[in-house]
Amino acid sequence: MANLQESKPRLVVSKLGDDISTDAIYPGRFMATVLPTETPKLAFADDTELNAKLNSRTLPEGSVIVAGRNFGCGSSREQAASCLRGHGVTIVARAFARIFQQNSINLGLPTVICPELEADAGDELVIAGDHVWNETKGTKFATVPLPAARQAIIDAGGLIPYTRKRLLESRA
Amino acid sequence: MGMTVAEKILARASGRDSVRPGDVIEPRVDLAMSHENGALVINQFLEVYKDTGLEPKVWDPGRIAIIFDHRVPAESAKTATNQKKVRDFVGAQKISKFHDIRGDQGGICHQILPENGYVRPGMVVVGTDSHTTTHGALGAFAFGIGATEMASVWTLGSVLNVEVPGTIKVVINGEFAEHVSAKDLILHIIGKLSAEGANYKVLEFHGEAIHRMPTSGRLVLCNMSVEAGATAGIVPSDAETLRYLHETAGVTGQVDIVQPDADAEYEQVVEIDITNLTFQIACPNGVDNVKPIDAVEGTKVDQIVVGSCTNGRRDDIAAVAHILQGRRVADGVRLLVFPASWKIYQECMAHGYIDDLVKAGAVVMNPGCGPCLGVHEGALGDGEVALSTTNRNFKGRMGNPKSEVFLCSPAVAAASALAGHIARPKGEPHGQPARVETEAGCLEAW
Ligand code: SF4
Repeated sequence: MANLQESKPRLVVSKLGDDISTDAIYPGRFMATVLPTETPKLAFADDTELNAKLNSRTLPEGSVIVAGRNFGCGSSREQAASCLRGHGVTIVARAFARIFQQNSINLGLPTVICPELEADAGDELVIAGDHVWNETKGTKFATVPLPAARQAIIDAGGLIPYTRKRLLESRA
Repeated sequence: MGMTVAEKILARASGRDSVRPGDVIEPRVDLAMSHENGALVINQFLEVYKDTGLEPKVWDPGRIAIIFDHRVPAESAKTATNQKKVRDFVGAQKISKFHDIRGDQGGICHQILPENGYVRPGMVVVGTDSHTTTHGALGAFAFGIGATEMASVWTLGSVLNVEVPGTIKVVINGEFAEHVSAKDLILHIIGKLSAEGANYKVLEFHGEAIHRMPTSGRLVLCNMSVEAGATAGIVPSDAETLRYLHETAGVTGQVDIVQPDADAEYEQVVEIDITNLTFQIACPNGVDNVKPIDAVEGTKVDQIVVGSCTNGRRDDIAAVAHILQGRRVADGVRLLVFPASWKIYQECMAHGYIDDLVKAGAVVMNPGCGPCLGVHEGALGDGEVALSTTNRNFKGRMGNPKSEVFLCSPAVAAASALAGHIARPKGEPHGQPARVETEAGCLEAW
């Protein structure tokens, strides 16, 4: 989870259900495309509306996709995280699948676990400390913090700089 | 306090006497597997070394396996170029466990690793593929990771910041009814647990039915454990594990098995008696949308797929060939069979299974992932319905979001191919003996 201490409201651009698979986020037929500069345009390629919205370049900065439980289940394909990261969105879900969440942490895609979250597209959320505030509905929901070990990767700027640091330490 | 198999393996790999669920460790990796997505791992690996002044060198070329399987032979110039890039890297880094697109060594990664004896009990195996859980069937702790995490493993030889998962003990008792198999069992378990019921957990399989189950069936259970969200599935190694390693995988010398402690602590115990278990079908569009066959019997299908890292093994194809032998696939149905490796393909040829399948009207394809992930061959038309022995039926999984996929066992796939709709296997055709020859010489759990 990103370390988000803020008061600026973020727009919910889409509300998704439970068990959104990585096949839905990034269809398998695009797996030969790997560059993080090329994956974003294919995010949710089979969901024409959401894909168009993400690619419209009109999303306010820090926009949010909200989802139910088990977001990112299925394949380990990292494109599912890199394609969303490229759009600068934050994912707030009731729960994430393990590999997807680890990939998000490794690549710097902000994810927030919020087990009781209620929010709809068009709502404005404030993510602050250990809560998500739904400003539109006037409701507040607790978030689940990441274990310190995973937070350390985020704090280092992702797994690549984290690994590079460890590599240099090991050679020092 | 005692440890589960996963805890024992992770303790050893992180140089500790013991670990508990929730501990954060950095286990050393015994085997690191990638497939075509090795192209992305290479990018990230080179990124790690950028501006360090160090020459990029993988930590141990003997412990890295790369298997081309997802799109073989290449379906596009882009894939071919990625494969070429990986091939060049493999040569430059002297990576030893490389399986190129060749009839004498190729196949799906999750078959190549076991059949070549690369996986042993007690190992820590990571793979840039979620079905890396498969290798728990041989008593390893095996889990899927992303490409960047693999780049980190290639650099350091360990996985950073792993939280020791809790373990769910799954005890399977009873005996399968005729034609009911490991696939029906794991679909039943996933239906019970849900697609996230084992998220961040290990499934450890026990019980008399597991002891009797050949490795081909155990591979099915562990393969699909990830469909319940599990980090890993594990069958504690035993005499059957040793039989498989020595007889099938050609492993020589001493192999140590890893058993859980008698007082190991489990987060949950699930007990299942399979005596009355019937054929199970995962219905669109979720692997946990599991129903007994009665609920969907008669559903018309357009394409039937037999194969994948779940059910593309010799015992699976034998089961299908046995049901199809001397009969014809119904008109209007396409039956595609893709063995999980070329070694299996050759065995199936030697046993006459390929002949039986082709004469019945099946299309036997080259080993690899085939239509499983909707990227290569065997795409579905708009509105078409597939029945498949693969492991996922998410919307769009077989390449077309306007199609539907049902998942089943090899025996149900074969019976349905004859009927043209979802159908249960009924007895044996032509009064043939009720037992087919399987790898372990027993019928349970193809
Ligand atoms: S057969 Fe299917 S599930 Fe198995 S590794 Fe290949 S694409 Fe993945």
